[in-house]
Amino acid sequence: MEKTEKERLEEVSKKLRANILMMLTEAGSGHPGGSLSCIDILTYLFLKEMRYDPANPHWPERDRFVLSKGHAAPALYAILSHVGYYSSNLLKTLRKLGSPLQGHPDSRKLPGVESSTGSLGQGISVAGGMALAAKMDKRPTRVYCLVGDGEIQEGLVWEAAMAIAHFGLDNFCLFVDNNGLQIDGLVDEVMNVYPIAEKFQSFGWHVMNINGHDFEEIEKALQFFQTNQGTGKPTVIVAKTVKGKCVSFMENKAHWHGVAPTKDDLLKALDELGCLESMEEWNAEGE
Amino acid sequence: MAETMLATRDVYGKTLVEIGKENKNLVVLDADLSESTKTAMFAKEFPERFFNFGIAESNMMCFAAGLALSGKVVFASSFAMFATLRPYEQIRNSIASQNLNVKIAATHSGVSVGEDGLSHQTVEDLAIMRVMPNMQVFVPADGVATAKIVKQAALCPGPVYIRLNRPKTEVIYDESYDFVIGKMNVIKDAPRADVGIIAIGTMVPNALKAAKLLEEEGYSVIVADAASLKPLDRETVVRIAKSSRLVVTVEEHSIIGGLGGAVAEVLSEDFPAKLLRIGIMDVFGESGSPAALYKHFGLTPEDIFRKILKQIR
Repeated sequence: MEKTEKERLEEVSKKLRANILMMLTEAGSGHPGGSLSCIDILTYLFLKEMRYDPANPHWPERDRFVLSKGHAAPALYAILSHVGYYSSNLLKTLRKLGSPLQGHPDSRKLPGVESSTGSLGQGISVAGGMALAAKMDKRPTRVYCLVGDGEIQEGLVWEAAMAIAHFGLDNFCLFVDNNGLQIDGLVDEVMNVYPIAEKFQSFGWHVMNINGHDFEEIEKALQFFQTNQGTGKPTVIVAKTVKGKCVSFMENKAHWHGVAPTKDDLLKALDELGCLESMEEWNAEGE
Repeated sequence: MAETMLATRDVYGKTLVEIGKENKNLVVLDADLSESTKTAMFAKEFPERFFNFGIAESNMMCFAAGLALSGKVVFASSFAMFATLRPYEQIRNSIASQNLNVKIAATHSGVSVGEDGLSHQTVEDLAIMRVMPNMQVFVPADGVATAKIVKQAALCPGPVYIRLNRPKTEVIYDESYDFVIGKMNVIKDAPRADVGIIAIGTMVPNALKAAKLLEEEGYSVIVADAASLKPLDRETVVRIAKSSRLVVTVEEHSIIGGLGGAVAEVLSEDFPAKLLRIGIMDVFGESGSPAALYKHFGLTPEDIFRKILKQIR
């Protein structure tokens, strides 16, 4: 990856982080930690990897992205707005009555949301159905899905992992957002999920471990997924991430799983990101 | 010659094959019970459109959602216990919440699954499926109705729950039977009656027989089939209540929340009237032959007759 390209992606993800934080402060509730841990992966997927058309959200041959860890909705809303599904003005309505930006993603209300998620474990399985349909119809569609590392405690994730491999869905690419934390604490203390890669490997998946904040590694992982086409085996990328990434006081803190930043927290966070000017743009928009 | 006894599950399997020939978009899913639910008939005919999920019903329901989100019409089958109570939350959050074209056709419902006993006898499915927004609930009264209802379900948009059974049951309809969503089928009508019986599924034939016994005692009876449990035909419920001294519901299901519950809701809001609910009295099932179990739970025609007689005599 060229240096300028890497810098461009980092610039975008920084802006998206600022949007996530501003959205959550405005809403007064929501999930910052897990949104910040997965936003780099979403940035790469939507800017560099996936084929879709915001003007034609139901284009049958599009690639699908399913956010199985639906509580990271702010990350999904930020990237969908950035790539043109809707105006960034809408971000201010997060979690408010009548808003298409529901607390957890709702496919009936917002274009670009491929399936309603929020109840953990279901998104990967629904995404499996999409990949199966694409194979049946011989469409070039690829299906990308992101699960949390706490989420994989759900038995349904493993039912789905078994079926996706069983049906030979090599058009399926799963990211595990391995930030190591869930609401009640460390995932290995609450209910140990490790080793993650080996579990998937034994279920018949191609596996790769990466740093989920390094765009070059994300790129390599998706090249790996590309080379796995035709093998009849799905791909899982276990992405080591940091919960609350890029905001020092949120990083690696379970507390920031489901608590919105206050105005003061927000200013501190934006200052750290070097995005204080985003606040002015946010306040100016729609006035 | 028309059959006198048919298992609704057999008709279901045959009807899927029939629909599958015309509708290439039809996909059928099962969870290791395809020989029993009869989806194996479809699997044999269209192996490329049939998927077995093994013993993992929650996963089958979410895959069904993904297939429907990709434009497929999906029928997903298992026993009623494992097609509703087990994957209930997946049906709610991945299928019903998105109003998807998934038809859950469940066999072996009620106590007539028989010898397998409590763990396989669903007496709650109508209640829990009925309460789910977007979900339509259809219960055929016999084999003839099953074919019509399965075809309707394949055509109507949105999620549907279809309740079917294991044993062969009496055929009460001929080809003139017409299933209309949201309409009750009044089989036996009268301008004024002593009793208005509203029955569903396997209990429709039994209600008809009970009605005959009542008529032999000189009572006049209305009998209606509430195959479209949701949406329910409120108008006809009220009309039956207005024409009868006593309204009776009969179902192979708990008296709480199913047909009895639904009719009680309508009556208490639109036309308060005396109601007798006949069904499973808030208890679990147990092992036995279907006939022995119907007797045990008071669901035979004679039981229904006696319970009604006690109220109107």
